[in-house]
Amino acid sequence: MISFLATVGRVFLAFLAHVGRMSAFTAMAVSHTVRPPFYPRLILRSVIEIGYFSLPVVGLTAVFTGMVLALQSYSGFSRFAAEGAVATVVVLSVTRELAPVLAGLMVAGRIGASMAAEIGTMRVTEQIDALTTLSTNPFKYLVAPRILAGTLMLPFLVLVADIIGVFGGYIVGVYKLGFNSATYIARTWEFLEPLDVISGLTKAAVFGFLITLMGCYNGYYSKGGAQGVGAATTNAVVSAAIMILVFNYIITAMFFGK
Amino acid sequence: MTPKIELTGVHKAFGPKVVLDGIDLSVARGESVVVIGGSGTGKSVMLKCILGLLRPETGSIKVDGEEIAGMGAKDRDRIMKKFGMLFQGGALFDSLKVWENVAFGLIQGQRMERNKARDIAIEKLAQVGLAASTGDLFPAELSGGMQKRVSLARAIATNPEIIFFDEPTTGLDPIMADVINDLIVKCCKEVGATALSITHDMASARKISDRIAMLYKGRLIWVGPAKDIDHSGNEYVDQFIHGRAVGPITMELRA
Repeated sequence: MISFLATVGRVFLAFLAHVGRMSAFTAMAVSHTVRPPFYPRLILRSVIEIGYFSLPVVGLTAVFTGMVLALQSYSGFSRFAAEGAVATVVVLSVTRELAPVLAGLMVAGRIGASMAAEIGTMRVTEQIDALTTLSTNPFKYLVAPRILAGTLMLPFLVLVADIIGVFGGYIVGVYKLGFNSATYIARTWEFLEPLDVISGLTKAAVFGFLITLMGCYNGYYSKGGAQGVGAATTNAVVSAAIMILVFNYIITAMFFGK
Repeated sequence: MTPKIELTGVHKAFGPKVVLDGIDLSVARGESVVVIGGSGTGKSVMLKCILGLLRPETGSIKVDGEEIAGMGAKDRDRIMKKFGMLFQGGALFDSLKVWENVAFGLIQGQRMERNKARDIAIEKLAQVGLAASTGDLFPAELSGGMQKRVSLARAIATNPEIIFFDEPTTGLDPIMADVINDLIVKCCKEVGATALSITHDMASARKISDRIAMLYKGRLIWVGPAKDIDHSGNEYVDQFIHGRAVGPITMELRA
C-alpha cells in the first residue's frame, strides 16, 4: 500500500515539476519575444520556413477538404432537400473550423517536428551551451524568433486555406454537382460574417503559438542523444496536436458558446 | 595578486549522486591549468559550473575576484564576454558557414558589423592554419580535426581573457592531437589568455599546462606543476598517468 502511494506521489510530483517547467519556459519565451534585442534575420528565416514552405501542404489539405465537404454535405442534405445550403456549409465549416484545425495539425507535423529535432540536436551536441558561452541568450536566438514567426504566419496560412478550401468546394459544387456558378458564389457570401473568419484566424494565431512553443520546449529539454531527440520530436507533435484540439474547443466556446 | 579564477568548496550533486564534493582550485592570470581525471569524475560538471551552465549547490566561484555563482543575468553577460570555450565535440552551429561560426561572438555578442567580423574570422582561421576559402564551407563539410580548429578559432575570436578547453584532443589521431595542442599553446600566448582545460589525454595535459590538477570522486586529490606529475608521490595520479588497470582507482562495472 505504501509503495503504491509512493508511486502515485512520485508521478504527481513529476507532473507538477513538468507543469512548472513548461510554465516557466512559456513565460521566458513570451518575455523574450517582446524584449530587444531582436533577430530580424532569424525571424525572417522562420517566417519563410513556416509561412512559405508550408503553403503546398496546407493548400492541398484545404482544397481536398473543401471538395470532400461539398460532396458530403450535398449527399447528406439532399435527404431533406437542402442541397442549396452546400455553399454556406462549406464556407462556414472551412473558415470557422476545418481550415484552422487541419492547417494547425499539418503545420504541427511539419514545423513542430522539425523545430524539436533541430533544437534537440543542438542541445545534445552542446550547441545551445555554445550559444550561452558566446554571450547569446538561447531563448532570444532560438525560441523567440520561432514563436513570433509561428504566431504571425499561421493566420496567414489559414487565410490562404480559407480561400483555397472554399474554392475546392466551388469546383465540386459547380463542375460535379451542377450548381450555377453565380448562385454558388452568392450563397457563399450570403451568410458569411466577419466573425466567422476572425474566429478562425484567432484560433490560427493561438495554434501557431502552441505548435512553435511545443517544438521549442521539447527540443530545448531533450537529452540522451539520438533517442532523446526522437522522443522530443514525437512529444512535440503529439502535445501540439492535443493542445490544438483542446484550445479549439475553448476558443470556439469563447466566440460562439452563448 | 587576485587569481583569475578561484573555486572554493564547490559542491554539485544530481539527486543522490554527488559529482563535485568540495573543489578548491585557483588559476593565476596568464596561467594554464589542466584538470585530469577519468570519465565521469566531474570534470565537465566543474567547467559547466564556472561557465554558469550549471549552478553549484554550495561554494564560491570567483572570476577576477568577483563572485559569479548566483550572479544576475546582466552581470553574467558581462562576465561571459571574458570567456572563450572550445567544446569537446566542437559544438559548431551546422546551419551557419564556418566564418559565421567563428564570427558569431563578434556579431551577436558584440554587435559588430558583419563585414568587419568576417575579416576578423578569416584572420583567426589563418591563425589556426585554415585557408580563407574554408570560411565559406559548412561545418559538416569539414574533417574532425578541421572542425576542432574552427572551434578553436571561434574560442579565440573575441580575444577572451579566459579560455576553457573541454577535451580538446578527444577523437583526433595523435598527430592532429599534437597539432591542436601546439595551436592551443600558440593561441593562448598570442591572446595572452588564462587557460583552464579538462582532459584525460596525458600527452595533451603535459604539453598545454603549467599546472595539473587531478580530479577523483569529486575532489582534487593532487595539484602541482606539470613537470612534477611523474614524481607526484600520489598512487592515484601514478596509476592514471601510466594508464594502469591495477591500482587504487577501480572501474565501477555492473554485471
